[in-house]
Amino acid sequence: MDVPILLLAGTGLARGAIFAAFALALVLIWRAARIANFAQGAMATVSCYVAFHVSALTGNYWIGLAAALVSGAVLGWIVERGVMRFVDRSNPLAAVIVAIGLVMVLTSTLAIAFGADYRPMPAPFPREPIRIGDVAVISPYSLFVLVVVGVLMAALALLFTRTSVGLAMRAAAFAPEVSRLNGVRVDRMRTLGWTLSAAVGGLAALLVIPTELGLNPHASDQLFVYAFTVAIVGGLDSPVGAVVAGLAVGVILTFVTAFAGATFAPIAIVLILLVVLLARPQGLFAAREARVA
Amino acid sequence: MTTTTERPADTSEARMPEQRADASGRRPALLGTVRGRYAVAAIGLVLAVGATFLLDPYRNYLLSLTAAYVCATAGLTMLVGRTGQLSLGHAAFMATGAYAFALTSNGLAEAGIEGPVLLLAPFLVAVVAATAFGTLVGAAGARLHGPYLAGLTLAIVLALPAVTSTFSGLLGGDQGLYVQTERRPEVLSTVIANEQWQAWVALVAAAIVLVLLAQLGRSPSGIRMQAVRDDTAAARLSGIDPFRVKVQAFAISAGAAGLGGAVLAYVTQAASPGAYGLAFSLFLLVAIVVGGTGTLPGAVWGALLLVLLPEAIAAVTETLPLPDDAVSRLDGNLAVLIFGALLVVIMIAAPRGIQGALVALRGRIRSRTTRTTRTTST
Repeated sequence: MDVPILLLAGTGLARGAIFAAFALALVLIWRAARIANFAQGAMATVSCYVAFHVSALTGNYWIGLAAALVSGAVLGWIVERGVMRFVDRSNPLAAVIVAIGLVMVLTSTLAIAFGADYRPMPAPFPREPIRIGDVAVISPYSLFVLVVVGVLMAALALLFTRTSVGLAMRAAAFAPEVSRLNGVRVDRMRTLGWTLSAAVGGLAALLVIPTELGLNPHASDQLFVYAFTVAIVGGLDSPVGAVVAGLAVGVILTFVTAFAGATFAPIAIVLILLVVLLARPQGLFAAREARVA
Repeated sequence: MTTTTERPADTSEARMPEQRADASGRRPALLGTVRGRYAVAAIGLVLAVGATFLLDPYRNYLLSLTAAYVCATAGLTMLVGRTGQLSLGHAAFMATGAYAFALTSNGLAEAGIEGPVLLLAPFLVAVVAATAFGTLVGAAGARLHGPYLAGLTLAIVLALPAVTSTFSGLLGGDQGLYVQTERRPEVLSTVIANEQWQAWVALVAAAIVLVLLAQLGRSPSGIRMQAVRDDTAAARLSGIDPFRVKVQAFAISAGAAGLGGAVLAYVTQAASPGAYGLAFSLFLLVAIVVGGTGTLPGAVWGALLLVLLPEAIAAVTETLPLPDDAVSRLDGNLAVLIFGALLVVIMIAAPRGIQGALVALRGRIRSRTTRTTRTTST
């Protein structure tokens, strides 16, 4: 058996970190607006197209990365202010259906504007693994991903636990009426939640694309499903759950891909979803039974 | 509003049960009785079969597609409207039906079996297979609220190509399967074209699904589903097992979709993963929302839209002076764009869809005409 366990684990952690970041974006919207945002993937793909073109124009990856964050935030703002705000809140399916409509609009617009080809996306660091002696350890790109996601998580944790805006956002999410009485502008906090979430989603998608086939109007479809699984496994209410479950699912999928082939990964995801939903529908980390009918 | 009790009988699928006055006999409704529903279905079927004589082969093919879609949209709209469970994976149940049909049909044909058995047995197997798969998914999803079930079913659709390539020996990988089917009976071969015969088979399938689902909606099972959707706790108190009811609804809905897939396999003589992708699954959702969620006539409107709108778009883009590159980009994508926009706009502006608008319109006309005659009739 000559399996590069260490390398697979490192790659898996990096993938998992991306899943975790994307799942965190889903958790952010869930907590801010009680909406499972099925348009997250499509919105992130739009940000990636912006980043791709900005990078190509300026010749600089980092400006593209900043563009992904900014365009994600703007798109999140537009979607919340322009569409989601008008959705019937009494029907729990309405937001999901509207988000699906957005997915169709966004991906088909991208396909009409840029075609359906896969465009190679340059990575800022090599994806060849570093070797210590004979053992392949981890690629610089995986390290870069881990660092970026780590910084992102730390920033979000600081925002939510150490700043008054973070406090207001948490309050608006958990007790909108009480918060309103205390002078929190709940609608504004909801918009901010969408903005933040879409920026995080855009960044996560940008990180995953160099490791996949390339940029494509459907580049984030699978990322969305994986991250949705992660969010469910972790419990949609729990950021910690998203991170832990993200890393776990990333490692599991990487090993599944290595041993059973890449085609098996989507089947593995369905199996994970089925098992978790049957055994513990509220997720592994959720405190409350939030999703049992 | 006097329209509440004046509502015409065939709007009986409207969501509020108290508006359905058939049980109390206040409305001598044709659709209110079992025999009446059979009669209406039979008349509709005869008219539709008659219409196939007026259509050219391509339009008959489109009619077959519509009928196949009706099976799936009727099942899906029953599920969403009656139990509030959202499935984004009905394309996967259609695929299950299509593959089950293909495998059975090819197996029978190779064994040298012909005639009615080769025609009917594959349909039966397809429905059973899709129902079984639906039961499994329904059991996993029955404890979940909308978004979670939607995510689970979405993952199943995305995993479909992986399944067909993992078992490529049996399922033919990305190419899919060629389906050998029983063609039109010898007696009819001089009278009608093959496409016309296929349209007949498809129309019969759609009529069966519509009648059975209409029956179900009026039956105690249908009432139980509604009770579970409206207030799970109250339903449980009345001795209803919500888990069972939801799984049942999911299984029936998946079975209807499976029959739709089987019809598609029969008509197109193919079963392939590409035909049942994510986009197609979302189209089914568009169809029921645009048609009017929860209403069987809405399912028919939606299925018609799914077939006709892409045709209309193709006809329009062909006439525009566009470069080939732009045409190939618009092809398919423009339909998705319009369907997506329709979904957003209708959910926000007119959640009751085409059927809701028609009912409102008819109600308005009726209240205007009855206002003059009312004093004598009551």
